[in-house]
Amino acid sequence: MNTLKEIAALCEDLAFDLSFARAREWKSQEAGRVVVGHMPIYFPREIIHAANGLAVGILGGGDKKLIIKGDAYYQSYICHMPRSIVELVLDKHFEGFDGFIFPSICDVIRNLSGMFQLMGEGKFVKYLDLPQNFKAHIGGTFYRHELQTVMDEVFKLNGVVITAERLNHSIGLFNLNRRLICQLYDIRQDFPWRMTAADLYHIVRAGYVIPVEEHNGILEQAVRLIQQETGDPMDKIRVLVMGAFCEQPPAGLIRTIELAGCYIVEDDFLLGARWIQGDIGTGSADPLEAITSAYLEKSTFSSSVYDVGNPKEARLLDLIRKRKIDGVIFAAPSFCDPALLDHPILQKECNDKNIRFISFLYSENTGQFKVIKEQVGTFSDSIKLWD
Amino acid sequence: MSKEVAKERSMIIQKEMMTRLFRDLGNARETGKKVVYTFVPGNISELILSFDMLPVYPEINALQSGMRKKSGGYIRDAEQHGHSEDVCTYVKCDVGMMLNGNIGPTGEKIPSPDLLLLSYTGCFTFLKWFETLERLYPGVPVALLHTPYQEAHKITPEMTAYMVKQLKEEVIPKMEKVSGNKYDEEKLKAILRNSSQVEDYIVKIFDTTKHRPSPIDAYFAGVYYIGPINSGFRGTPEAVDYYAELYKEILTRIDKKLGPITPEGEMEEERFRLVVEGPPNWTHFREFWKLFYDMGAVIVASSYTKVGGVYDMGFRVNPDKPLESLAEYCMNCYTNLNLEQRVELLSKCITDYHADGFLVNSIKSCNSFSAGQLMIMQQLERKLEIPVGFIESDLVDPRYFSYSNIKNRLESFFQMLEQRKMIVTR
Ligand code: SF4
Ligand code: SF4
Repeated sequence: MNTLKEIAALCEDLAFDLSFARAREWKSQEAGRVVVGHMPIYFPREIIHAANGLAVGILGGGDKKLIIKGDAYYQSYICHMPRSIVELVLDKHFEGFDGFIFPSICDVIRNLSGMFQLMGEGKFVKYLDLPQNFKAHIGGTFYRHELQTVMDEVFKLNGVVITAERLNHSIGLFNLNRRLICQLYDIRQDFPWRMTAADLYHIVRAGYVIPVEEHNGILEQAVRLIQQETGDPMDKIRVLVMGAFCEQPPAGLIRTIELAGCYIVEDDFLLGARWIQGDIGTGSADPLEAITSAYLEKSTFSSSVYDVGNPKEARLLDLIRKRKIDGVIFAAPSFCDPALLDHPILQKECNDKNIRFISFLYSENTGQFKVIKEQVGTFSDSIKLWD
Repeated sequence: MSKEVAKERSMIIQKEMMTRLFRDLGNARETGKKVVYTFVPGNISELILSFDMLPVYPEINALQSGMRKKSGGYIRDAEQHGHSEDVCTYVKCDVGMMLNGNIGPTGEKIPSPDLLLLSYTGCFTFLKWFETLERLYPGVPVALLHTPYQEAHKITPEMTAYMVKQLKEEVIPKMEKVSGNKYDEEKLKAILRNSSQVEDYIVKIFDTTKHRPSPIDAYFAGVYYIGPINSGFRGTPEAVDYYAELYKEILTRIDKKLGPITPEGEMEEERFRLVVEGPPNWTHFREFWKLFYDMGAVIVASSYTKVGGVYDMGFRVNPDKPLESLAEYCMNCYTNLNLEQRVELLSKCITDYHADGFLVNSIKSCNSFSAGQLMIMQQLERKLEIPVGFIESDLVDPRYFSYSNIKNRLESFFQMLEQRKMIVTR
């Protein structure tokens, strides 16, 4: 692949392949391999990798899956993603998946774990209770035990013993993965015209469904290519999009924002891929401890983690400074309590600090962007004209 | 239907208890009592009481605002302050009430918190709610107690250990600091001994619906019965007296073969026995209830009366292990049970109390209850071959209570139950 566009096109196909062909193919290539699906936002994929497994991110059907049966499982006032996940289950898209992880981010995901249990989907279903206590001997001990439970489940399936060496190796691969993604974001911050936000999104999202080694290869190429000048800078404002960390906005919406006069230079779309800020140590005799400490000490901001002593407003301001943001777009899935209950707090901060913002709701299968385009266009024009 | 509605002694006792609580809250600044805001599911009120502090439950304030027809205005005010239409209306009602002076149900101002005790059990929105309150009451300390979910159908030693450590190292030190009192384990044990008696009574009371006619309505009246345990009285001698009196009254009703008391007097003919899943609507509580008793429908068990604790599967606090007990109590609350456990519990209710039908009142606000309810319904229908019904409303947002819609659906449901009864009789 010689251009960023070619890479992005390949990644788009991979990212939205709801048959998860690459994961199935990978599994079939060697006996003892397992495929474990995980829901948003964050799951330490290292532990599955070290157990000869592939952790596959499940982000719903987006605008690629027509909902026929899923609506019978959810009332209209519940976000869209779980119903498309149920539709995927009923249409057997997850056949061959060995297990499923549901990180504790909200009541909908929590109860979806119960629905998987009731439907008998997978050989194991684990609701991963991420601690809200960040002290090593309290929340850390609990979290470590939660991770051990996942590892035990996988061990029951393939008997692979996760040695320190194996786990350290996996940690190293995911460290590289995060570093490369961050590099892409950092370079794009200075040269946003070289790659669209939608292309970046597809490149990162592909990493949710293919082996990390392959994704690292793709990212390395992308990092090399984005350093070369392509395209021309345009008169657009620099925006941060917030609130889209779980149910994903359709790619059309990401494109619309950029077509309406914005460069998205920061976002929380695939937050899990950059959840740990920095590297996890790779030389430890107890690498599970290293993964645990990283969660406690290096987690990014999230609407699903109580922010006592670490106010979200301060972190928003940091991001705004770091990415030289002109305005914030609060985009959240309809009926998403975690995202939407953050908005009044964050918007008040924006008001107090004279930071311009707009907000709107979407769902993963939103197909009409005209209104949003007008809203974003006006927002961008007003910032260009007055600031 | 008899129109005589005489107040039973237990009702008077409960009213006095609540009035006293709100009066104590109103006088808290003068008496120097410290005030703790916390939530109903997983409320560790015994620990609060052991420090001589007073609890405030924002959900109770919200539901009271709903019953007093104030919630619509409060919610609108919160929405004008940036809250989305799509989120839990309890939160918005509470924010709106605060914006309007924080006046409680008795007309007295509810004091600001000295401590925000986020013992969040079974609902993530609690986290967001307290993040919001933390900003409305800047500088007030937050004590967070994370309750692990019963995802694997059980409470593991690791889950209990995690909670006990949080109690010892996070919650208790903050309570000591705020109250100025030292943790007194003997005092806590004494309070828990009362709780254990109260828990026994709760089980016996809700078990009386085995009788025909059922002497109580376990949903509409049930929400009053759980009032004291969910508003800070669990563990008090008053609560023991209240429940003893209530139980005695119910036994008398059983002796006399009386049906449940409704706002319009005794229900004379019991036609349908139902199990209900989901919270009630508060803004039109009376109208909502009337739709049932007019049809001779009595609720013989409801999941909502178990949000503040599930005791009918055998759990009791153990005063000899106070902190472990509090932890297990939190983990045992209804919305902290996984979906399979919820199905099991509801099936047990349907079977034990000989229900004719199962009804879901799905609440727009509440993902904790609502997400997965349709599947619970399917499972019960399949497993028990019981007729199931479904209605929708909201807790405190009057915009989502459609009387005619609910009435139509209930009428069809009752018709279905009637037909089924005829088939079974034939
Ligand atoms: S979109 Fe929001 S409410 Fe829906 S599953 Fe995700 S975090 Fe939960
Ligand atoms: S979501 Fe439900 S349980 Fe949670 S605060 Fe709102 S009403 Fe209560």
